[in-house]
Amino acid sequence: MKTTIWRIALLVVIATMCLSACTAATEVPTQAAESSGSYLERAFAGEFDGTVVTMAGPFVDSDAVKFEESIKDFEEKTGIDIQYAGSKEFEASISISIDGGNAPDIADFPQPGLLETQVKKGKVVDLNTFLDMKKLQANYNQSWLDMATMEGPDGPIMAGVWGRVNGKSLVWYPKKAFDEAGYEVPETWDELIALSDQIAADGDTPWCIGIESGAATGWAATDWMEEIMLRTTSLENYDKWVTGELKFDSPEVRKAAETMSDLWFKEGYVYGGRQAIVTTSFGDSPKPMFENPPKCWLHKQGNFITSFFPEGLEAGVDYDFFYFPGIDTTYGEPVLVAGDIYAMFNDRPEVRAVMEYFTTGASVEGWVRAGGAISPHLDSNLDWYSNAVDRGVAEIILNATSVRFDGSDLMPGAVGSGSFWKSMTSYISDSIDLDTALKEIDAAWPQ
Amino acid sequence: MNSSSSSSQKQTGILVWIAANTSRLLISLFVPIITFLILWQGFLFLRDSNAPQIVIVLVSILWGVGGVALLYFISNYIIESLPRAWTYRLQPFVFVGPALAILAWFLAIPTLRTLRLSFLNETGFQFAGLNNYIFALTDRIMLEAFRNNLLWMIFGTFFCLASGLLIAVLADRSPFEKIYKAIIFMPMAISFVGAGVIWKFVYAYKGEGVGIQEIGLLNAIVIALGGKSQAWLLTPPWNNFLLIVIMVWLQTGYAMVILSSAIKGIPSELLEAARVDGANEFQVFFGIMIPSIQSTLMAVGTTVLIFSLKLFDIVRVMTGGNNGTNVIANEFYIQQFTYGHSGRASAIAIILLIAVIPVMLYNLREFRERRAF
Amino acid sequence: MADKSSSSQKRTSRFLVEATLIVISLIWIIPTIGVLVTSFRHSQDIFSSGWWTILPHRDWVEVSEIRLDESVDVDAPITIGDVTVTFEELRQGVEDGNQKLIWFGNKRTRLVKVQELQWKMFDTQLTLENYTNVLSGIEVRFKDASGAEIVRQGNNLSVAFLNSVAVAVPATIIPILIAAFAAYGFAWMNFPGRKIFFIIVVALLVVPLQIALVPILQDYTRLNLNGTYLAIWLAHTGFGLPLAVYLLFNYIGTLPRETLEAAFIDGASHFTIFTRLILPLSVPALASFAIFQFLWVWNDYLVALVFLGDKNRVMTSALAAMVGEKGQDWHFLTSGAFLSMLLPLAVFFALQRYFVRGMMAGSIKS
Repeated sequence: MKTTIWRIALLVVIATMCLSACTAATEVPTQAAESSGSYLERAFAGEFDGTVVTMAGPFVDSDAVKFEESIKDFEEKTGIDIQYAGSKEFEASISISIDGGNAPDIADFPQPGLLETQVKKGKVVDLNTFLDMKKLQANYNQSWLDMATMEGPDGPIMAGVWGRVNGKSLVWYPKKAFDEAGYEVPETWDELIALSDQIAADGDTPWCIGIESGAATGWAATDWMEEIMLRTTSLENYDKWVTGELKFDSPEVRKAAETMSDLWFKEGYVYGGRQAIVTTSFGDSPKPMFENPPKCWLHKQGNFITSFFPEGLEAGVDYDFFYFPGIDTTYGEPVLVAGDIYAMFNDRPEVRAVMEYFTTGASVEGWVRAGGAISPHLDSNLDWYSNAVDRGVAEIILNATSVRFDGSDLMPGAVGSGSFWKSMTSYISDSIDLDTALKEIDAAWPQ
Repeated sequence: MNSSSSSSQKQTGILVWIAANTSRLLISLFVPIITFLILWQGFLFLRDSNAPQIVIVLVSILWGVGGVALLYFISNYIIESLPRAWTYRLQPFVFVGPALAILAWFLAIPTLRTLRLSFLNETGFQFAGLNNYIFALTDRIMLEAFRNNLLWMIFGTFFCLASGLLIAVLADRSPFEKIYKAIIFMPMAISFVGAGVIWKFVYAYKGEGVGIQEIGLLNAIVIALGGKSQAWLLTPPWNNFLLIVIMVWLQTGYAMVILSSAIKGIPSELLEAARVDGANEFQVFFGIMIPSIQSTLMAVGTTVLIFSLKLFDIVRVMTGGNNGTNVIANEFYIQQFTYGHSGRASAIAIILLIAVIPVMLYNLREFRERRAF
Repeated sequence: MADKSSSSQKRTSRFLVEATLIVISLIWIIPTIGVLVTSFRHSQDIFSSGWWTILPHRDWVEVSEIRLDESVDVDAPITIGDVTVTFEELRQGVEDGNQKLIWFGNKRTRLVKVQELQWKMFDTQLTLENYTNVLSGIEVRFKDASGAEIVRQGNNLSVAFLNSVAVAVPATIIPILIAAFAAYGFAWMNFPGRKIFFIIVVALLVVPLQIALVPILQDYTRLNLNGTYLAIWLAHTGFGLPLAVYLLFNYIGTLPRETLEAAFIDGASHFTIFTRLILPLSVPALASFAIFQFLWVWNDYLVALVFLGDKNRVMTSALAAMVGEKGQDWHFLTSGAFLSMLLPLAVFFALQRYFVRGMMAGSIKS
């Protein structure tokens, strides 16, 4: 008995030593010799063959497949293996893994505000150190580059590059039923209101609105606020509002909120009524448009919403969209966008190469062709868009008199993903009045 | 402590004391660490291997469970081969050492770290004094969360215990006991996401208007009875109670299982004797059953109470903490992971910890009364 | 006479017991049945009608329709057959004998449906599609750069199922083993610091595990332990230990003292007493804690997400990924929730027989 135990123990110890020796031996410290050219060129020359770059992001399911498909070509040519891991709880898991010292090489942030938190903590690699700014300026609108520049502990840094964008200022409608009923697509705000009145007079509710989204309930309402801000006040005011210089409790923001309330709370304007806005999930809210007969007719949402539509509907036949028109013509035809920004956490040559690759339109071409993504790169081509909806959205963004990023995504987390969502929700469900809501949002702004 | 030492010389006593405690510490730490190292290397190997999944799964289960069992076996073997006095001194630490070491690593040290962070600012670099605590105790949303947690603790715990006890007592007399118990227990097997879905189909509200058909059970019942559909989860404070119902639904199974076993453990002669003496069922229940299972009731009550204090999944899934349903643990999660404000989050966690001290003290007093110590 | 009344009294009380239990069980199970039914329905149906509509019920069924002439002014009261009503009334539906007139859509359709109340038997609109989709992985279809259609099968659940087993089984057994030893140590051994240590253990019950995620991840990163089963077992062990020690102490601490003393007199060591006497005696307690720990680990998402990552996906992560960003695919969520319930329920039924003998202290002591 005794001897057996000792033998087992001995064996285990030996096995352990052997195993640790094995792991130690597999580490590869050798570094390839320096060569010339940008990192991307060096990658295509095969210099980083066999290396692995890890990526994390919020897209899962079909988006993840499309993303992997679009970088396949790059992986084959360079031999760099990009391992993407998507997670639904990305917001929480990314901050845990960064704080835990286990950051992925590259992370895809759907909200620049979230990235800014990490930049503040000094966790993000400054892309200025190796990317050619001239090339960047040639391939992005300056406003995208400005939005990617964030304040780190040692001054401003280039915190990331934009991968794909979404257009938000779109109103969707059930085209077939819409045409049969003889309604016409409105081009101005007055026409939009007239159409809404017409639909209401015909006995239907014109708008489908839902802002429920689990822990993120309220974000759809903040999109509406941003759209109306862009259409009722100047761009300077919008920018000030996003940075916190213009208070929520100001005439401009109040006016936007009231414009929104006029439309949302008007009797017979929204399917289900005021309280149902809060209890209806944003993804379920467009579904009544596609019942027979439609129960509501208009739905404002970004181009990603099409993946929530019932299966089997065809773009341009069963549904279509129009531009959410401007309200005050002095402010032109602004477009609200959102997008994914890629940031780098580990500085290795192959990671640099991948980041450089993401600054080119080619990196999203596959995704654009597969549908569901719009490229912010200037070297991308409208021909890539395989369906009319995506192309239309890309055109709207190109034709816009001004483009602004989703304000709540840019605000600090405590406001942009916190009090702005929550207080708007409470206001819409009628638990607090507008005054209290606006003051509470202001109060949450970090000092 | 050194009373077992027969030596009258103080110096030897101190030496023994030091030696004993050092070796206690070593035993507590050393043995788990060795096991950990062995397991660790095995797992690095497994993680990087390309064997079929089923093989990896089986090997790792054997490796893990067997390794831990072996840990106790070997360390006890070593200790028992020591002189008797030393066996006596060290053996307790073979038993409790691994648990203490793991708890220190996974909970105690992170708690201390949290205590430190709760005095620092947002980014965790600068001293913030009591600001985080002031926030946690004065902010409107926090106060609301405290009020709601109080509701959860009182009503959630009470109804879990009451319904668990009722079912346990009644099912004990039914020939279909197992069926009833399985039904009541079933919700425990459902994840929070699943439970969220289930209850969304109960509380769903689609609004008012022509041709709207409710898909929520509760509203369907209200309409069938001639009422008007309601947005159940929007009206504080009632929405809190509707959420508490979910917790009762989920946790009664736990209370029932444990209380039922305790009731079965009451010697039947005791109950029969009371009945023969002419006691009615209520007297038997309150006079004999309740006192007999008191310690179990307390254990179940404590765990359910703590569960309701830490609870956040239900709230997060159902309402996201909106409309006056926020609870402390949800606010902690939001502050920590959404707002990235580790200072405030830590202060909230510490307050949570302090809030439960009375319950713990009560527990310890009970233990002492039962002479468990 | 007296006998008869007491037996009828007994019958009434038995009836009351059964009735109460049936009512409670129904309340408990109806929400679950609702979701079970929902998991077999098509995604459009889920959103448009309640799940109970699959039960036999009387409903208005369309028998014919009336198309109104262009000349009819829909804003004024409309005459159809022998009734004259407004548009608004028609929209709500106007009952006319055993028939009901109801306007279809908005004013522009000029269509009135005539409905009759009929019995609807079991609705046949059920499908297994949700389950096959969840089991085999949801297909992703799109066109690639060259226009060819690409079909990719999503991750199927079998690997995730194995992973979940590999995580849950040791993460249940290990903490029980460690906690049983510790509970015995606290209850029956004398050592300095016993009370203090025990108080600490019990106090840790309340620590929310979220505060430990970041520090533990830092340690794991240093040890290169991320993504291994060991990492997640240890984490679950750590987070489950306070409750395990507390519950098992409650039980082991109140086992009859005489039994142990007798064994000591026979010269048995602590280790022998523990393995030969205490463990077998504690089976009910161990079994009930095992169930709760197993359920907790099986249904855990956060800990698995943080420490296991993407490589060894467990059921909860796989389901979450499958449901996708949409989050509202109720037909997948419901069927997935049911699939993931199966094993925990099996474990419950397997361990149920251990509950018969009584778990807690009070029982044996008093």
